[in-house]
Amino acid sequence: MVSLKELSKNVERITPGHRLCAGCAVGALVRQTLIAVGNTNVVVTSATGCLEVSTTIFPYTAWKVPFFHSAFENSAATCSGVESAYKSLKTQGKIKDDIRFIAFGGDGGTYDIGLQSLSGAMERGHRMLYICYNNEAYMNTGIQRSSATPKGAHTTTAPVGKIRQGKEQYRKNLTQIIIAHNIPYVAQSYVGNWNDFMQKVQKALSINGPSFINVLTPCRLGWNYDPKDTMEVARLAVETCIWPSYEVEKGVYKINVIPQKKKSVTEFLKMQGRFKHLFNSSNANIIDEIQSNVDKEWNSLQLKAAV
Amino acid sequence: MIKTIYSNGKIIAKTGNEIVAEAMRQIEPDVVAAYPITPATEIVQIFSQFVADGIVKSEYVAVESEHSAMSATIAASAAGARSMTATSSQGLSLMWEMLYIASGLRLPVVMAEVNRALSAPINIHCDQSDTMGARDAGWIQIYSENSQEAYDNMIQAVKIAENAKLPVLVTMDGFIISHCMEVVEVYPDFDVKRFIGEYKPDRYLLDVKNPYTLGAIDLHDYYFEHRYQIAEAMKNARDTILNVANDFEKKFGRKYDLYEKYMLDDAEIAIVIIGSAAGTSKIAVKRLREKGIKAGLLKIRVYRPFPSEQIVMDLKHIKVVAVLDRADSCSGAFSPIYSDIAASLCSTGIICPKIVNYVYGLGGREIDVEHILSIYEKLKKIVLGIEKPSNKVEYINVRI
Repeated sequence: MVSLKELSKNVERITPGHRLCAGCAVGALVRQTLIAVGNTNVVVTSATGCLEVSTTIFPYTAWKVPFFHSAFENSAATCSGVESAYKSLKTQGKIKDDIRFIAFGGDGGTYDIGLQSLSGAMERGHRMLYICYNNEAYMNTGIQRSSATPKGAHTTTAPVGKIRQGKEQYRKNLTQIIIAHNIPYVAQSYVGNWNDFMQKVQKALSINGPSFINVLTPCRLGWNYDPKDTMEVARLAVETCIWPSYEVEKGVYKINVIPQKKKSVTEFLKMQGRFKHLFNSSNANIIDEIQSNVDKEWNSLQLKAAV
Repeated sequence: MIKTIYSNGKIIAKTGNEIVAEAMRQIEPDVVAAYPITPATEIVQIFSQFVADGIVKSEYVAVESEHSAMSATIAASAAGARSMTATSSQGLSLMWEMLYIASGLRLPVVMAEVNRALSAPINIHCDQSDTMGARDAGWIQIYSENSQEAYDNMIQAVKIAENAKLPVLVTMDGFIISHCMEVVEVYPDFDVKRFIGEYKPDRYLLDVKNPYTLGAIDLHDYYFEHRYQIAEAMKNARDTILNVANDFEKKFGRKYDLYEKYMLDDAEIAIVIIGSAAGTSKIAVKRLREKGIKAGLLKIRVYRPFPSEQIVMDLKHIKVVAVLDRADSCSGAFSPIYSDIAASLCSTGIICPKIVNYVYGLGGREIDVEHILSIYEKLKKIVLGIEKPSNKVEYINVRI
C-alpha cells in the first residue's frame, strides 16, 4: 500500500500548462507515474500521440525528466536503445547514476503499429517499463478505431450508420499477448485508482527486467462523456469487469480489485456517447453479446487467478 | 609484395564485410543495434562474435526489424552513446522514416550500408537504388570503390558525424565489394582509437542532472528554421569531411577528397561514376589513354553533401560527359547523379559540356570494361559531331 501522505512529498516532474484536454486521463496517469517514481532517476520515451504533442510544443516542454520522442511505432525500440546505451556506459564507468526507463504509448502506438517493436523489446529483456495509455482508439487523429476499440463503440472509421452499428469486432487482448512473452511483470490498471496504479508502477520499476502496464485511460472526447466523469467512467469499467485490474508477477495471477457486486455492462456503456446507439431496442443483442463476452473473460481470469 | 603506406600498417586479406566489421571492432561503438539482411549480414554477424567473445565492450541489440534497428540506434545516440548499425536494400527502405529523424535530431549515427537492389522483383545483388532513395534524408553519404576505401571511410565517418552533427552512411557495392576478398591495409587499434577520439556529446538523455526534451513537436513557427539548419549543416559538412580527410592523410597517409579525378584535367571526354564500377572504368580510361584518346573519369566519393561547385570547376572543360547511375529514379526523366550534375552545371551559367545519362548494372547486371569503352566510343562520336547526344536515359547491357 502506497501512502498518499508519503507520496505527496515527492517532487512533481510533469508541469501544469500542457495542452491535454480538460478531463483527459493521460495527464493524471503521467503525473501519478512520475510521483510514484519518486526520487529515482528516469528517462521517458513516448510514441507519437496525444501525450507527446500536448506536452512538448516547442520551445516548451512539460517534462522535468529527460524525455525523448522519435516516431509513432517505436516507443519500445527507442526505450530499449536508451537502456542499451545506459548499460554500455554504466559498465564502462562513464555514467554513475542509477537510471530507470519508462516508455509511453497510446493504444494505437501499442496494440497496432507498435506491437512488433514492443514484442521485440519485451523478448530481449531490457529493464524498462512500458505503459500503454489505452483510450481505446486513435484519439489524436480524431477518434479512429484501433484493435483496442471495444465492440459496439462508435469511431470515425467504424462509425454507426444505416447498416452498421460501430465496431463489429471484439478488442484484442494485448495484456494476454504480453503475458505470453513470459516477462517478470505484467499488469492492467486504470485511471481513477491512484493506489492501484502507483503500486504497480513502483513494483514494475523494482523488477530487473521488462514490465508492462496496460492502463485504461478514458478520453472524454472520443468516449463522449462529461469531462468531470473521467475517474468515474474508468472505475465503472472495473466494477463491471469490462476492464479488470490484475497483475501477473513471474507467472502468478492476482486480481487486484474485485468488485463487491459485479455491475451490468450497461452501467459503463450508458455514460458514454460512443455507445449511445446500442440503447436503441434493435441493438439490444449487441449489449447482450458484450455482456456475455465480459462474463466469459472475467470467469477465465478468475480461474487463472485461483490457482 | 604490396607495401603499406602507413608505417605501422599491416596488409591483410579481407572481404568488404569483414573489413567493415574490423573497422567497427576498432571503433568499438558503445551500442550497435542491427538486423540481418543479405548482403550486409556478415558485418553484424562478425561483430556479434566480437561481443560474444568479449573482444569489444559494445552493447549489441539484436532487434526484430530494421525499423527498430534504426530507432534503437537513434535512441542510443540521443542517450549519449556512440552508436552504429549496418543494413542493405529492403532494410534501408524499412528504416526510411527513421533516417529523416536521425538527421532531423542531428544525431551522429554511423551506418554501414551494402548497396543492393530494391524489390520488386526481389533481387539480392548490387545496385545503388537503396541509398539513392535515401539521398534527401539528410544523411552524409560516402561511397567506397573497394574494401580499402570502405575501411578508411568507416573510420573517418565517426569523426565526420560527430563534428558535423549529422548521421553518416558509408556504402560499398553488394557482393562485388562486400563478398570479394581483397588486400587491405589496416592500422593498429590504438592508432584508430586515437584518431577517432572519445565521444563527448554536448547534451544527452542520460545526463539526468540536466534533463531535456528531445523530439518535441514544431509547429509552423519553428519547423522551417530547424529544417533550414539541417540544410546548412549539410552544406557545412563539406569542410568537415575535408578536414577529417586531411587529418586522416596526415595520420595514415591515404588521401581522400569529396571526389576523385582520374586523368580528368586534360580530358575531352569523361565519365562520372560512383562505387565499385569506378575501378572497371579506370581500366577503360587507361586503355583509351594508351591509344592517345583523352578520356577521363570523375569518381564521386561524397554524394551527400553533393560537391556541386567543385565538380562544375572540374568538368567545365570537358566536351562531352556521360553520367552513369547504378539506380533508375523512374522519374520519367533522368536518374539521380545525372540530375545533380546537370543542375550543378546549369546553375553556374558557364558553358556546359554536353552531358548524357546512362543507367547500368541494375540487380547485379554485369558491367565490364567493354561496356565502359562503348560509352567512351559514343562520347567520341558526339565530340566529332557524328552522333547527337541523347536527351534521355540510355541503358547499358539490358535486353530492350
